[in-house]
Amino acid sequence: MRIALFITCFNDTLFPETGKSVVRLLRRLGHEVAFPYAQTCCGRMHFDAGHRREALPLARAFASTFAPYDVVVTPSASCAAMARNRHPLLARDADDKRADVHRARADAVAPRVFEFGEFLVDVLGVEDVGAFFPHTVAYQPTCHSARVLGVGDRPLRLLRKVRGLRLAELPHADECCGFGGTFALDNAETSTAMGADKAAAVTASGAQVLCAADNSCLAHIGGLLSRQGSRVRTMHLADILAATAPFPGLTAYPSDDLARASLDPVHPAPAHPRAGAAG
Amino acid sequence: MTTARREPAFLGMPPFPKAAHDALADTAMGDNLREETRAFRSRRAEVVDELPPFVWEKLRLAGAAIKDGVLAQLPRHLDALEASVTAAGGTVHWARDADEANAVIVGIAREHAAAQVVTTASTTTREIGLTEALAKAGIRAWETDPAQSATQSGRQPRAHTVVPAVRRHRTGPRGRLARKTAAAGASDTRPVRPTGTEKATRRDLRDVIAHVKVAVARADFAIAETGTVCAAESAAGGRLCSALPDALVTVLGIEQVIPTWRDAEVFLQLLPRSTGERMAAYTSMWTGVTSGDGPRSFHLVLLDNGRSDVLADPVGRQALRCIGCSACLPVCPVYERVGGQPYGSAHTGPIGAILTPQLRGLNRHSVDPQTASLPYASTLCGACVDVCPVRIDIPGVLTHQRAQLTDLGRGPARRGEKAAMKAAGWGFAEPWRLGLAQHAAALGRRVVGRSGRIGRVPRLLAGPLGAWTADRDAPAPPPESFRAWFKRTNGGLDEGASGDQSESPREES
Repeated sequence: MRIALFITCFNDTLFPETGKSVVRLLRRLGHEVAFPYAQTCCGRMHFDAGHRREALPLARAFASTFAPYDVVVTPSASCAAMARNRHPLLARDADDKRADVHRARADAVAPRVFEFGEFLVDVLGVEDVGAFFPHTVAYQPTCHSARVLGVGDRPLRLLRKVRGLRLAELPHADECCGFGGTFALDNAETSTAMGADKAAAVTASGAQVLCAADNSCLAHIGGLLSRQGSRVRTMHLADILAATAPFPGLTAYPSDDLARASLDPVHPAPAHPRAGAAG
Repeated sequence: MTTARREPAFLGMPPFPKAAHDALADTAMGDNLREETRAFRSRRAEVVDELPPFVWEKLRLAGAAIKDGVLAQLPRHLDALEASVTAAGGTVHWARDADEANAVIVGIAREHAAAQVVTTASTTTREIGLTEALAKAGIRAWETDPAQSATQSGRQPRAHTVVPAVRRHRTGPRGRLARKTAAAGASDTRPVRPTGTEKATRRDLRDVIAHVKVAVARADFAIAETGTVCAAESAAGGRLCSALPDALVTVLGIEQVIPTWRDAEVFLQLLPRSTGERMAAYTSMWTGVTSGDGPRSFHLVLLDNGRSDVLADPVGRQALRCIGCSACLPVCPVYERVGGQPYGSAHTGPIGAILTPQLRGLNRHSVDPQTASLPYASTLCGACVDVCPVRIDIPGVLTHQRAQLTDLGRGPARRGEKAAMKAAGWGFAEPWRLGLAQHAAALGRRVVGRSGRIGRVPRLLAGPLGAWTADRDAPAPPPESFRAWFKRTNGGLDEGASGDQSESPREES
């Protein structure tokens, strides 16, 4: 199985750590991922904002870049949904001389695109990825992961197997956080009103970390939390699943204080042997 | 159709973001909205989830298929409807636009020398501005639902289709609604006494209904095979005014026709459950006229008002499947925050965002800035798709309309966005260009924020970054992009001992 990583332009530029987590975790599970450098952007932003003319060449480039691979894995539910559901649509609507080639290619590549959590559970068939993350985590089912891709409880199944992790229940989790791509700028006030409610729900959940399958939504919620001076951090699902125990056999930190300290960049956790951090 | 007046824009209505700004400032309305939308959502979920597995899904599929079938052969079904209404002693009036529909109704009122009429308001009569048109002709319209009558004055669009008085506070008509809600088993049990306004409205209404000559009664659909008109309602006002007056008028959009009685079975299940009830309290049906019983004349006004243009658009036409249940409103997170006013139309919420621009001609020509702002009033979260009883893909239509506004240039020029999208398109066309941009962003990091986040940036100076950072911090670009890291370290394999194989959740550098 030839696995290609589609990092997405947003993660590539702003959240490279998430990409590193994907690479490391898959390596830990015995899979090497290829990173085709020709990749750029799936065109979601262009498509959603109505700029289909700009989205079409990006969809075409995506299809030709990833055509040689068996599976495309991406740490973004939103971009996975774009490639899987909207690229074939764009291909169907085009009518220039490259249209036929692209149509066939888009139809072939689209069903091979998987969001990261889906890929782990459905393609690799794993739920316990050997992760260690001794913190209280709330999971936000982002709209594109829950409604468009229908990932269901896959991310929760993965998180439940993480050692030391406590899942906090997020009130009104199924409500949109208000990011919505250009909506966050076009309708900034409504967007932040929605985000403020989400941030309040996160705070009420008692979570130390908010987790989701989309860094875009997390940047929105996290931006609000950070502005409010909250210490709740936002982390991509892949970043949590890639985290491992500082030494083998450790299943939980002895105290919450230590757990919190390990999350605190200003007061890092006490030094410990870096054993067991395989690959 | 070129001279036809379209769904009227509410004059002076600002584009959605500005109107939403005003709505968000009304915190009392915000509290009411939140309470009502949450109550509606849980009641709807309760009566839908209690059905045996797959029954609801089958009903939705059937509903969508029936409406698609109707739309595919609309002229045939409308001809059949006209023939059977006429055969049953009724009269069909075809109205190309709001003015024609209003003229028909004013004409009927004048024929009966009626200075007042009773109405049960519908989205369709609000769409044509019937109350105002009647007032202009010197005819007083009495609304049977106190909550409707409390909000029908002026040309303000309503905040809520099912709970029109959601903006009014507890002591107003909303109190009555709260009691209804309580009776229906919702959590709101605070007792509210009927107010003076309410008592007066009720007393006046009974008097009016008993003596008035003309009634305009809302309906949900008409059945083509027999010419029967059907209304599923939670209040008795509609039944009263369809039984007592001499002349009965119903205004339906041309899409509100279904072929047979068997089809009604599907919609009489979909409609009430979508509004959180197991069945409608009052399901009324009337067919033409019957000598010696009920109204002596029945008029069915079939309204186009832009619907033919909606039908002509292969993507947008699914909006005409809508059966007017309003289930998409309370589940919409945007609607929950700002209510119905900012949509500036009789059609509000997600369905309004896709229907109004089409009724105003987006499928054929340029539209005004207010209309053009509606397709952008959504995060595309898809909550509406999940509840729609006829499975309208609202986000799909919204992005289609955004493409009409930008690619086809039918909206105001969004120059900044266009330039940004073009620039991004250029940057993404070649990987090296993206790499270059990432280098520039990493350099920018030295200026804006070493803390890993960017705080408030003056809005006028920094365009989108300013809009983003008014209330949110933005993530600062990292010193190295993912592709640069992958290239430098061979995907982490050459990272070596000095590498950052961290077990800490996410490095902050």
